[in-house]
Amino acid sequence: MSQRDDPPTSAATAVDFFRDRFGLDENALAASLGTALERSVDYADLFFEYSTQDSVSLEEGIVKSGSRHLEQGVGVRAQQGERQGYAHSDDIDVESVQLAAATARAISDQSRDPGSVAVRRHTSAHDLYPVALAPTDVPVQTKIDLLGEMDAYARSLDPRVKEVMASVICQYRHLLIAGSDGRLAGDIRPLVRLNVQVIVGDGKSMEIGYQGMGGRYELARLLAPEVWKPLVDEAVRVGTLNLDAEACPAGQMDVVLGPGWPGILLHEAVGHGLEGDFNRKKTSAFTDRVGERVASPGVTVIDDGTLAERRGSLNVDDEGTPTQRTTLIEDGILVGYMQDQLNARLMGVPATGNGRRESYAHLPMPRMTNTFMLAGTDDPQDILRSVQNGLYAVSFGGGQVDITSGKFVFSANEAYKIENGRIGAPVKGATLIGNGPEVMQRISRIGNDLELDLGVGTCGKDGQGVPVGVGMPTIRIDGITVGGTQG
Amino acid sequence: MSGTGDRLKEIVARATDRLAKAGVAGDVVAVESDSHEVRVRGDEIDFVKQARERGLGIRALIADEGGTRSATTSTSDLLPDSVDRMVDETVALARATAPDPSAGLPDAGFAADLPDLELYEDADRGVAVEARIEDARRAERAARESDDRITNSEGSQASSDFSEIAYGNTAGFLGAYRSASHGLYAEPLAEANGSKQRDYWMTVSRRLDGLEDAAAVGRHAAARAVRKLGARSVKTCEVPVIFDELNARGLLAQAAGLVSGYAVYRQQSCWADQLGENVASDLVTVIDDGRVPGGLGSKPFDGEGLATRRKKVIDGGRLETWLLDSYSGRKLGMASTANASRGLGGPPGVGSGNLWIEPGHSTLDEIIAQTERGLLVTELMGMGFNAVTGDYSRGASGLWIEGGEIAYPVEEITIASNFKDMMRGIDRVANELLWLGSVASPALRIDRMTVAGE
Repeated sequence: MSQRDDPPTSAATAVDFFRDRFGLDENALAASLGTALERSVDYADLFFEYSTQDSVSLEEGIVKSGSRHLEQGVGVRAQQGERQGYAHSDDIDVESVQLAAATARAISDQSRDPGSVAVRRHTSAHDLYPVALAPTDVPVQTKIDLLGEMDAYARSLDPRVKEVMASVICQYRHLLIAGSDGRLAGDIRPLVRLNVQVIVGDGKSMEIGYQGMGGRYELARLLAPEVWKPLVDEAVRVGTLNLDAEACPAGQMDVVLGPGWPGILLHEAVGHGLEGDFNRKKTSAFTDRVGERVASPGVTVIDDGTLAERRGSLNVDDEGTPTQRTTLIEDGILVGYMQDQLNARLMGVPATGNGRRESYAHLPMPRMTNTFMLAGTDDPQDILRSVQNGLYAVSFGGGQVDITSGKFVFSANEAYKIENGRIGAPVKGATLIGNGPEVMQRISRIGNDLELDLGVGTCGKDGQGVPVGVGMPTIRIDGITVGGTQG
Repeated sequence: MSGTGDRLKEIVARATDRLAKAGVAGDVVAVESDSHEVRVRGDEIDFVKQARERGLGIRALIADEGGTRSATTSTSDLLPDSVDRMVDETVALARATAPDPSAGLPDAGFAADLPDLELYEDADRGVAVEARIEDARRAERAARESDDRITNSEGSQASSDFSEIAYGNTAGFLGAYRSASHGLYAEPLAEANGSKQRDYWMTVSRRLDGLEDAAAVGRHAAARAVRKLGARSVKTCEVPVIFDELNARGLLAQAAGLVSGYAVYRQQSCWADQLGENVASDLVTVIDDGRVPGGLGSKPFDGEGLATRRKKVIDGGRLETWLLDSYSGRKLGMASTANASRGLGGPPGVGSGNLWIEPGHSTLDEIIAQTERGLLVTELMGMGFNAVTGDYSRGASGLWIEGGEIAYPVEEITIASNFKDMMRGIDRVANELLWLGSVASPALRIDRMTVAGE
């Protein structure tokens, strides 16, 4: 190390970790890349991972069980044209890496003189989530005590709370990525998450309320009562609210979405459709539409992997490309896609730091990081008042999209009728369905209250889950299909 | 069993011995798998992926005053020293948890025999990656050639996976078995008059020769995509809704969640107080059987070493049993039904073996003909199902039925009801079962649901 007095960044610490623990110095990495390059391939890379995860969960008032998981391995990839060869191994030693490299390169049938690869450390552009104490090193008793306090607090809030389930999940991942273009990137990624779920009942019916939060920061932050108490309050509030909720109306109506987590609309309605792979393959509803209007004027959608401590943030993506802030839609016009290294190369555009994978056992793909809409100028109260009769949806469960047709769906777990511009009775079981490019053009009002979610999102694609963030101000959509039971 | 199975059993035995020496009960599961997966788009290879994976899951159970303390750990590092260290760590972690009177190994019922369930075909082991690439290529080609509106594709994917699973516990059970799974999946795109649609079809089997022909998979996927072209919404209404066999199996999987012992004792099931009651129409009989030869949900013993068996879960509409492992069984004062599922990453949970709805007598075409006006659902989207209340509202696409005939494709609609009413409202059960996983159902018709559209 030639750095002087600078404290070690996560990138440098990760590089040193793999060198010291597994003997992966720059020569060993170069030799393995050389093996992958013995056939004619355009690019090859190595992805090393050493991860620890622990979780403690409470139900029926006690922490019945704790768990801890160690995962280590290496993924080796070779690319030629559109082809990718991938092999992975749970052993991190030079022999296994060589074997995996030989397997991965088999996608190419032409041999060639490998030449030499020199990997050199490149300084990462960011250090977005350094922690002094790894969350997986926090004593388990601390986590058990936290859950016990949450349980007692939840039960004290309302006699209708019948059952409380709470969990704290901590992850600490060391990653090292070496590419045949000489790149060498390391990262250390902490991730914490706290969940609370309550079952409430009033003798007539039962309901469920949930709230969670997390991000890439020290667990200590979640231990503060002023942080976790509001989570419990919220879970109990939503659960008991739904006890009295009416059946949701069905049909097309005007809908107001609250700020924050409803940004999942963007994730489903446009986010996936703007991932580079679908657009290179021309299977997306947004294919070949750069420069066209795909949303109402005023709608600007950003994907930003560089927000400090956010669940969806990364110093470098899983291919070693530094993350960035990418504008996807600007004032309603489609301006760009999210790219990994392969799709960027094939489309002749720069990679955007969106190449992500669940673990060493998975191939990278273009994925979102934190995706959100910039704030507008409208007062959220004015937006609500502008709707005669419709639906106000505040919080959502999951969503899904069909990339090709553009159809997306997501389900509200807190929603209200709007009657004469006023918030009316709570309704349950509301599902919204629409066509991404169409619905984005029906956004008629944008609030001044942009919020990011609390840090609970996991996005699934091709069987791979990665943590993501979403955000949005209050918006109004003119006419979207709401699926309830009251016709 | 091959030498590999013996090696896995040795690792398991080493860990259970170490638990026992520490004066602690517990169990250990080890998995090793070899797999490959390929995807072809058009004629070009998209990716070829090969993996050898393994892992070990350890559970320590420490009897104490008032109950048993427990913890689980997992690791992909199977070196003897690492395993020893992990066992010690598990025991230490368990000491930190609270005693639970229901925790512990099963009391009895460990599998005495391990029948050959035809989960693995030795000859398939030698399958070359090239052969699976050719399968995927044939599916792609067949999809493309079957209709000139097939213009693109998300690719056709073929995979083969060979696994060994060993399980042992401090009660003296130690067993291992091999299994394999082969699959082929095609997802073509159809395009006409500015409308773009995708759909898929697939085949899965324990044996390579049990797979549906690759070209047939491609053609079937293509036909499903093409028939969606020109789809439109419909006016909001209440009509009978037919779930095709792909989506009926999703309904059954949701029902399986409602009868899981964990959902029941946690009161997270809208059927929690319905044991012995009529929860479905009398046309519905649901079987769970972990020992169907060649079944995708078959295994000789469950995740706690208990001998798997056949049982009626719902008999003519009447709910006969929960699905239980030993823990959820004790919570409910019942014996395990040998439905423990055990991954590496945590304590046992409940899972079904091979779970199916007994076929009825009409064909799907006859059911359509008996439907004056309604919806045939061919795809569902989103997660709009609340297990506690049964509220059900999901995005859908499919085919509209008028006068007993398919009239036109529909999309951007939702279907909604309550799951309890839906199961009681099943008024037609088709006569064909399709196995694409461990859960299967014939097409079903539900008498009435709200379809929301324009």
